Amino acid sequence: MTDHGRQMPGMLVGLIAVARRDLLLAWKRPGDVLNPLFFFAMVCTLFPLAVGPSAEQLTFSGPGVLWVAALLAMLISLNSLFISDFDDGSLEQLLVSPQPLPLVGLGKTAAHWLTSGLPLVLVSPIVAITYRMPGDVVIVLMLTLTLGTISLSLLGSIGAALTVGLHRGTALLSLLILPLSMPVLIIGANTVSLAAGNETYSAGIWALSAYAVGTLSLAPYATAAALRISNE
Amino acid sequence: MEALAMGGYGAYVWTCFGLAAVVLIINEWRIRARQAAVYKEIEVRIKALEDSA
Amino acid sequence: MWKWFHQLASPPHFYRIAPIFSMLLLLPGLALIAYGVYAGLFLAPMDYQQGDAFRIIYIHVPSAYLSMMSYMIMAVAGGIGLIWRMKLAHAVAASAAPLGAWFTFLALATGSIWGRPMWGTWWEWADPRMMSELILLFFYFGYMALRGAIDDTAKADKASAVLALVGVVNVIIVHYSVEWWSSLHQGQTIMAKDGPAMDPGMLYPLLANIFGFTLLFGSLLLRRTRTEVLFRERRTRWVKEMILAPEGQS
Repeated sequence: MTDHGRQMPGMLVGLIAVARRDLLLAWKRPGDVLNPLFFFAMVCTLFPLAVGPSAEQLTFSGPGVLWVAALLAMLISLNSLFISDFDDGSLEQLLVSPQPLPLVGLGKTAAHWLTSGLPLVLVSPIVAITYRMPGDVVIVLMLTLTLGTISLSLLGSIGAALTVGLHRGTALLSLLILPLSMPVLIIGANTVSLAAGNETYSAGIWALSAYAVGTLSLAPYATAAALRISNE
Repeated sequence: MEALAMGGYGAYVWTCFGLAAVVLIINEWRIRARQAAVYKEIEVRIKALEDSA
Repeated sequence: MWKWFHQLASPPHFYRIAPIFSMLLLLPGLALIAYGVYAGLFLAPMDYQQGDAFRIIYIHVPSAYLSMMSYMIMAVAGGIGLIWRMKLAHAVAASAAPLGAWFTFLALATGSIWGRPMWGTWWEWADPRMMSELILLFFYFGYMALRGAIDDTAKADKASAVLALVGVVNVIIVHYSVEWWSSLHQGQTIMAKDGPAMDPGMLYPLLANIFGFTLLFGSLLLRRTRTEVLFRERRTRWVKEMILAPEGQS
């Protein structure tokens, strides 16, 4: 039992502990990390198969296709953000813990990004090269994906918190998150297109950064509220 | 007749105004239907409770 | 003033007075719409660029305006319900959703029909306003889907309130990002749907329709909320007494 004389662990310690736990769990279940990546690669394969592999088509559609595929892969990985904790009861424990819930949510979201967003960013150059994307554009792609997936993880955690434990929550989650993620998609994909066309693209990078910072500061509160509501 | 033709765009214009009327009518019906259904359902339940009481 | 507010929040009180206010909104609303439609169709001068097709504006603009106002109402009502735990506010939010979705659909349909003679296509992806409207429709669908998926009313109320509040911020951002995207990809200039300056003969019917439709929307919202309140309170004593009372109200 807690000894009232001892200090409660600080908030940063709590956040790291939550994130660490999720990272360890993900390590034990590599499928959770790999499946969205395979999905990403497969979706990127679908487009040339469906529309034809001509070089112009590839370079033209590359930024958009990669971005859409990344968005869909993130959606898939978001399903499991709170589900396993909900199922085995640890979510309830997190809710009653003295740690502030927004930070707990942030910790889990951080772990989620590290196991879904970051791998996507790292894998994207491989797929981008098959789309004949020049090296400097690939850099822009990775930059936009980094910023974008951070926002997506954060926004997605709100949706995941709202739908956790719901029957058919998966489809509903997608329906909720897609409209929320449209600004990120629009700005991210089109910034890469601008870079591919040798035009200035810095505006998009600034916008994505601002969006990431904005969601970073606000989303945890919405996620916490949603978690409380879902678990009454 | 000139009003109906609307300078050649008649079909477009009248369809839009017609659509608006349809949407309003649909909403009116649905509101009335729902009110009637809810009222009826409660009535049935309460009368049943009263009878069995 | 607060007494009035508290009274308003009481479901039986609201149930009683809603039809009166609904009528108070409906009659002037219909009158304004009657003028707006008649003047818009027959009295307003023809637009030199678009001919008579521009008259669709008299339906399109009010619908688009209401689609957005309805979403704001949904979000604000949800917020009020969430913060002050006012049951009535949640009922308002739940009722505003389908109404707002209908007006969004109407805005999209009339916009598309208007686009056909103007742009030669039923759907112009590059038009930022139509795109924003389409994404707004998705927001509405998400909201209604979430409400439908949660069985417990109180839980559904709170969850959808959070969603609506998150959505409000996003709707604004979506609007600006779509505008930026459209500016990147616009091949030809998209003809502005409303002329640079509006002739008063064109403007007054438009204003009349905007106000009229808003009043009509208010009246529909009140009635829908009234039924919603009745449904939510179906097991309470005041409802039972009302039903059993000799003069049955409908």
